[in-house]
Parts: sequence; C-alpha cells; structure tokens
Amino acid sequence: MQRHLISAADLTRDDAVLILDTAEEMARVADRPIKKLPTLRGRTVVNLFFEDSTRTRISFEAAEKRLSADVINFTAKGSSVSKGESLKDTAQTLEAMGVDAVVIRHGASGAPYRLATSGWIDAAVINAGDGTHQHPTQALLDAFTMRRRLVGRDAGLGRDLDGRRITIVGDVLHSRVARSNVDLLHTLGAEVTLVAPPTLLPVGVETWPCEVSYDLDSTLTKSDAVMMLRVQRERMNAAFFPTEREYSRRYGLDGDRMARMPEHAIVMHPGPMVRGMEITAEVADSDRCTVVEQVTNGVSIRMAVLYLLLGGNEPAVTHARTTEEK
Amino acid sequence: MDTQSDARPVLEGPDIARVLTRIAHEIVERAKGADDVVLLGIPTRGVFLARRLAAKLEQITERKVPVGSLDITMYRDDLRMHPPRALARTEIPGDGIDGRLVVLVDDVLFSGRTIRAALDALNDIGRPRAVQLAVLVDRGHRELPIRADYVGKNLPTSLRETVKVQLAEEDGRDTVLLGAKPATQGAQP
Amino acid sequence: MSKILIRGAKVLGGEPQDVLIEGRTIAQVGTGLPAEGAEIVEAAGKVLLPGLVDLHTHLREPGREDSETVLTGTRAAASGGYTTVFAMANTFPVADTAGVVEQVWRLGKESGYCDVQPIGAVTVGLEGSKLAELGAMHESAAGVTVFSDDGKCVHDAVIMRRALEYVKAFGGVVAQHAQEPRLTEGAQMNEGVVSAELGLGGWPAVAEESIIARDVLLAEHVGSRVHICHLSTAGSVEIVRWAKSRGIDVTAEVTPHHLLLTDELVRSYNPVYKVNPPLRTERDVMALREALADGTIDIVATDHAPHPHEDKDCEWAAAAMGMVGLETALSVVQETMVDTGLLDWAGVADRMSFTPARIGRATGQGRPVSAGEPANLTLVDTAYRGRVDPAGFASRSRNTPYEGRELPGRVTHTWLRGKATLVDGKLT
Repeated sequence: MQRHLISAADLTRDDAVLILDTAEEMARVADRPIKKLPTLRGRTVVNLFFEDSTRTRISFEAAEKRLSADVINFTAKGSSVSKGESLKDTAQTLEAMGVDAVVIRHGASGAPYRLATSGWIDAAVINAGDGTHQHPTQALLDAFTMRRRLVGRDAGLGRDLDGRRITIVGDVLHSRVARSNVDLLHTLGAEVTLVAPPTLLPVGVETWPCEVSYDLDSTLTKSDAVMMLRVQRERMNAAFFPTEREYSRRYGLDGDRMARMPEHAIVMHPGPMVRGMEITAEVADSDRCTVVEQVTNGVSIRMAVLYLLLGGNEPAVTHARTTEEK
Repeated sequence: MDTQSDARPVLEGPDIARVLTRIAHEIVERAKGADDVVLLGIPTRGVFLARRLAAKLEQITERKVPVGSLDITMYRDDLRMHPPRALARTEIPGDGIDGRLVVLVDDVLFSGRTIRAALDALNDIGRPRAVQLAVLVDRGHRELPIRADYVGKNLPTSLRETVKVQLAEEDGRDTVLLGAKPATQGAQP
Repeated sequence: MSKILIRGAKVLGGEPQDVLIEGRTIAQVGTGLPAEGAEIVEAAGKVLLPGLVDLHTHLREPGREDSETVLTGTRAAASGGYTTVFAMANTFPVADTAGVVEQVWRLGKESGYCDVQPIGAVTVGLEGSKLAELGAMHESAAGVTVFSDDGKCVHDAVIMRRALEYVKAFGGVVAQHAQEPRLTEGAQMNEGVVSAELGLGGWPAVAEESIIARDVLLAEHVGSRVHICHLSTAGSVEIVRWAKSRGIDVTAEVTPHHLLLTDELVRSYNPVYKVNPPLRTERDVMALREALADGTIDIVATDHAPHPHEDKDCEWAAAAMGMVGLETALSVVQETMVDTGLLDWAGVADRMSFTPARIGRATGQGRPVSAGEPANLTLVDTAYRGRVDPAGFASRSRNTPYEGRELPGRVTHTWLRGKATLVDGKLT
C-alpha cells in the first residue's frame, strides 16, 4: 500500500481486499466488552476538518480511539484558518506538534493530495473527503457493506465483488462518493452503472470504467445494490433539474421501484439522506436499506485503514502474508 | 519460508499425535476433569493444535470442550519494527472466558513475547479463573518470565537455528523441522 | 557615437551577416563590415531577431508590487529578448483613466529596459458596465491604442459593440479576454476527462468559443478590428479561421504555455499549472501550433502573470491563476514551433515582433533588421539547451510551470535602440 490514502484509484485489488478483510476482524472488536486495541498507542492522529462533517469526523475519531491513538480534533470553524491562515501553515503547525497522521476533510478538490505531495509535512495523509474529488474510506465502507451482504461475512474474506452489479443514482457531478466508488468497485471487479439526469453527470464521464444510463427503471431490475446519492435542493436553482417533484419522480427510489429490484438486492445511501427527494421514508426504513449498517462499518473500515497505514514501521505490504519464524 | 534443504525433522506425524494425546491427559489431570477449560489457539498453527487437543479432550472426558482462537497481532510489541501484518481471526466461544480456565495453545514457544501479547489480548476479552499455556515445541531462549504448563517436546536450539512446525491442515503434512537460518537474516524471533 | 558590430549572426535565421549599430540605429547590414572603433559581439551560430514585442504582459504596478513592478517586469522582458511590452490594465487602481496609464508609461520610460505601452481598460474598473474614457487614454502621453478588460471578459454584447465602434475613431483595438462568465462560474480547469476525474470545476471550451464567435460577428457588423487574447482551443481556431476567410478584421494571440502544456499536468494539483484560460488538451495544443504556423493565429503573447509564492503554495482552489512567461517565451516557441519544423526564425520574428507591433501600433518596434531602422535587436543562442531555473529569473515572481524542464534556446543579448539591456545573458 502507499503511504497515504488519497484516492480510491490508488488502491490495488489486493490492497482493497486486505483492507476489507482487516475491517472484518476490526468489526469483531465492537462485540467485545472492551472495544479497544493498544495498536496505535503513542501515535498521534489529527482530524483536520476544514469542512463541517460531524458524521465523518466522529467515525474517524471512534476508529482512532479504538486503536488507542492520541486524537487531536482541529476544526476550521472559529480557528486561525478562518482568519486566513493557509493550509500549509496549519499543516506545518500540526507537524511541529509531532503528528503521525492527518485525516483531512477539505472543500477544495486535491487539498489532501497537495498536503501529501508538497513536502509541507511528513505525516501520513488520509483523505476524509475533498471537494468533489474523492472520499476513499466511504467507498471502502460501501464495498465492505456490499461484500458482507452480497457475498457473506465469512464467505467474503479474501474475495472481491466480481460480477456484482452496482447502480449509483443521483448527483454524480458533485459527488466524491460516486467518483471513489466507481474507482474502487471497478478495481474489485464489480459492474457499475451510473444513473442520473445528463445535467448531473460530468463531461468526460464516458471515459470512466462504468456504464451510464439516464433511466433508473431499466437498471433497477439488473442491480445487486442500488446506491442513492444525496441531491441537494439548491441544485434546482442552478437549473440542474426543473423541480424537486420531477427529480424524485424520475430518479427517486420509492417502494414501487424497490419492489422491482431483485429480491437479494440492497439499497445504500452514504447519508445524510434527503427523505422525499432521492429516497422515500418507506425505502429508507426498510430492511433492505443498509444506511445504518454503513455507519457502523465506517468505523471498522477506518480502523483497518489506520492500522494498515500506521500500525507498523511502514504501510502494510499487500499479500506478503508473512509466516512467522519461530 | 522454510526451504532450507538441510532442515531435518525432529518430530514426525505419529510423534505429534502422541504428544498431543499426552498433553490432553495432562490437562485433564491438572484441571481436575477439565470441565471449565477453554482452549484458545494462537493463529495460525496454534488454532489447529487447539482443535486437535479439544477433540482429544472430548474423547477423554466425553464432554464438549469450547475451543477458539486468539489473534495477538494488534498486541505485539514489535509492531513498529515491521509493516502491519494481516490480521487473523479471534473467535471466543459463546460462553466467554470469564471464570474459566483458559489454555492458550501455540506451536512453538521461543522468546515468550507472543504469549505476553496473548495475555494482554485476553485481558481485553474477559477475566479467566486461570491461564495456562500448551506448546508443541519449547525451543528455549526466553526473553520474558514466561513458561509453558504443557510442552510436547523440549528442543534445545541455538539462535542460528530455525524451528518450523508443519501441520496437515495448513501445510499438508505433520512435522517439526529444525533448520539453519540463512546467514543474511538477523536473529529476530 | 557608440558603435557595436554584431559579427556573423544569422539574421532572422538566414545566412551569417554582420550588423553594425551606430547610436540608436542600425547603420549597416552586410558581410565583412569594418570593425574599427566598434565594440565587437561575436555572434557566429546565433540567430538575430528584431526585438520581441509582447502584446500581453501583467506588470502589476500599481497595486501589486509584491508580485512585480514595472522595473522588475521590464528587466524580465529584456532578459527574454523583448524590447516592448504592452502592460495590461488590471492593476490597482485599474488603468481606466489617463492618469493611471500615464503613470505606468512614465515608469516604463524610467526603467530603461524596454518600452512599456500601457493598455487601457475597456470599462470602468473592469466591471463591464460603463465604458472607460478610451479617448482620453488615447490622447494621454501614453498614447493608448489597445484596450482590454483582460482577466475579465467584456461579456455584455452591447458594451462590446460600442467599444469596438468607439475606438475606430482613433485606430484603437479592443483585445477581448473571451470567457462567457456564466459558463465558467467556479471554473478551475479545462472541462473534460481530467476535470471529471479530479473533481475540479470545468472551464468549457465553448465558454471561449461562443464569445469569439459573437465578437468576430460584431466586428464584422460594425466594421471594426478586434483582437482575441490567449486563444486556447481548437474550436476557437476554427472560428478565427472562418472569420478571416470572410475578411473580418480579427487578430489572435496564443501564449507559449498553451503551445506546450496540457491539462494532464493538473493531475498533480500543483497550482503552477493553474492559469486562465486553462491548459487544454493535446488536441487543442496541436491545433494551436498549426494555426500559429499557418497565420490563423497572428502572434505569440506571453500573458506573463506574476504571483507571489504564497498565492501558488496552497491548495488548487485557493491559488491564483497565471504564470510568468517573459523569460521563457522564446524557448518555448523554439521548442514547439521551430524545432518541430512548423515555423522558421523569420516566422518567429513575424509572430513575436513584426505583427504584435503592428497590432498594437508600437512605433519604432517590430521593424526589419536593416539599415536605418531603430536598433531594437535580440540575439539568440539557439543551440543552447538547459533546465529552467526560476532562481535566475529577473521577474519578482517565480510562478513558472517550466521549473526543471529542459528547453532549447537562450537569449544572450538584447538591444533597445542601440543600448544593450542584456549582455551575455546578464542584465545591464
């Protein structure tokens, strides 16, 4: 594995499977009376959040604490960042405090990449979502959820998502979740179809390793998992679609549509959901919807990533399952 | 991997079966019937040994003996000396370990550091009545005040030698090999 | 009167000749010219060009002297072989009055490194709504003939029409920064395959092309000439080609960076590659080279845009747009046009001196290398190859996309009206 986790596209198939397998073991820690491991004792991790995202931040924080890392939360609001201090200065301040890893959420696409490659800091950089670029741990937790549900908890160990048909629906244009998922799911052998009105697909999407469709109904029946993306109401004002009603009629997932999905198929959502927009309450609250599971799995995935990047003297070596010499 | 051509077997399949039977009997004797014993194997080969021991204990006592696995990777004291390792499964039998006699099972006892890590890991899982240790081979060179309660074979070795346990479940055959360490490698346990 | 004899230079890339400068003027061009009393410059193997003219430079003074001043900018120009630069109007305050353009013009005179011809803003404060006093700027000591809101597009069609019409009265030209504002809201890079992957806001080619199409039609309708700044797409080339074939009085420029670099570089998220208009695709680059070769694009202009380090040493979205270019322009043109066989050195003289001077009405600049002409000359060691080292720049800013890149050619001497501003690669 690389030293940083910036983009889902940087992960090889073996990297990704190792992370999923490791997360499966991490998940079991949550079932124990003491939900804590000593693995990252003495490591300091900063959660550097330039953008509000309580959900992602607490997920990382829970993962870090379960691994016994020292955690520093740095939120841009009300800090020197809002007074014009640059990303570079902030990063170097943290570096000076002896930080081993920076988990960064930033509104600007590429900010984590910049942090990792500009020579400003030595710490490992984990991207917790940058602009409309990438959100690799989200893609990993989604893949984890899919593997558990579609392949099996134990049966899935060591395996990818070969041949599984995944449909991602909604605002692909502004979605880092969609980008990360397309990259990772492709790496894991799944067949991805993006469904959105043409206005919410980026120019250039035709080169992505996936299919593109404007029609939800024709893809639903051929999907093992349907991932609904959040659609912000503000997009309507920028003429991406005429009205909320028209959007949800054409691209929203309701009970009728869900009934047309294969019986084993699941409904996913990265959250937060806009009920009544891309998803109805009936679907959101059904057994087939994995949204709560995804949150739980997020902690396991982030523990796995932290362990594999920071647990040793260098990042994990994929597929060198070193048998120990005694 | 163990590819030294000069590695020679010190225990063969029938020997391994015999010492496991002996250890099973010792456990029954020392644990006075073994009715609260839980066997926890340390991955990878300790788990297979624990399962074999459990089967033998069941034969002797005609009772089901809980058996599980305890991965110690995350508790190792040398984590910072290597890249992170893939994790193995920790599987605690349904009734847990509180108040029970836990017998840890591993293939080779060497520095004792693995067992120290296992004791730490146990600590996070519950509070056994007592913890004992069963190993197939004790090769000496302890670096911590740890000893085994049940030993299949005491094998005096030098630090330049390697001990490699092979078990049918993982390696296709049962054997314990004593070999020489390639000169380039350090003396790391 | 001082005499300089440039010996054995390939004038415009032709046969070796001697060029004798006396005072401010070229006295003789020929072979075996007498050397007595003259300072000798051995120029065997080097190419002698007319002093270069840049129709598109940002000197930043007044207002952003932390990134460049007229003095540092003109020193950079002399370093790059330029004898005239046209200074864009987006300063603080904006060059939209006779007072500001005269100030810039006077600072240029004082610098002595190259002529500075201020460009006046088309609209007050570059805001696109009210015409600036174009006539007053023309009549000022600065004698402004080129008007531009560069950095911003004159997007209102009526304002653009009026500006095109109005400057006809004194032979001016409007240089349009073609960028449809609504189509480029939040734009961070070329819209296409790379932007889709990087999640950066797209700057679509159509936002440039639609404005160019509109403006050439407006120019035709009102019978004015129009100049297109930093044309960057294959589609824009087609529109200009079509307009010229219709006889529309349009001229266009291309920057060196758009002749060499593509949006693939943005994958590094390194803001040295952030520029407006953005780096485009390989296909666009090839179309621009071809258009410059066949004359569809008239000139090379640098769009030299200095920025202080901190404005580039940050995340992409927060970074300023622009690159310095004066000191690398000729090398990039040699790399992309000459060494590829698309253009000879006479062609380079045309695209980088004669024609820009003509478009901007820069008197005494962009003249042939012949007896009786002002001695504005540039001597180039075209055999040189070396890596770009920004530490050696005369510009106050270092935001070059070419750091560490090997490029051919090096300007060794520049003469401004007979006075050496650059000797053996060193500013005087």
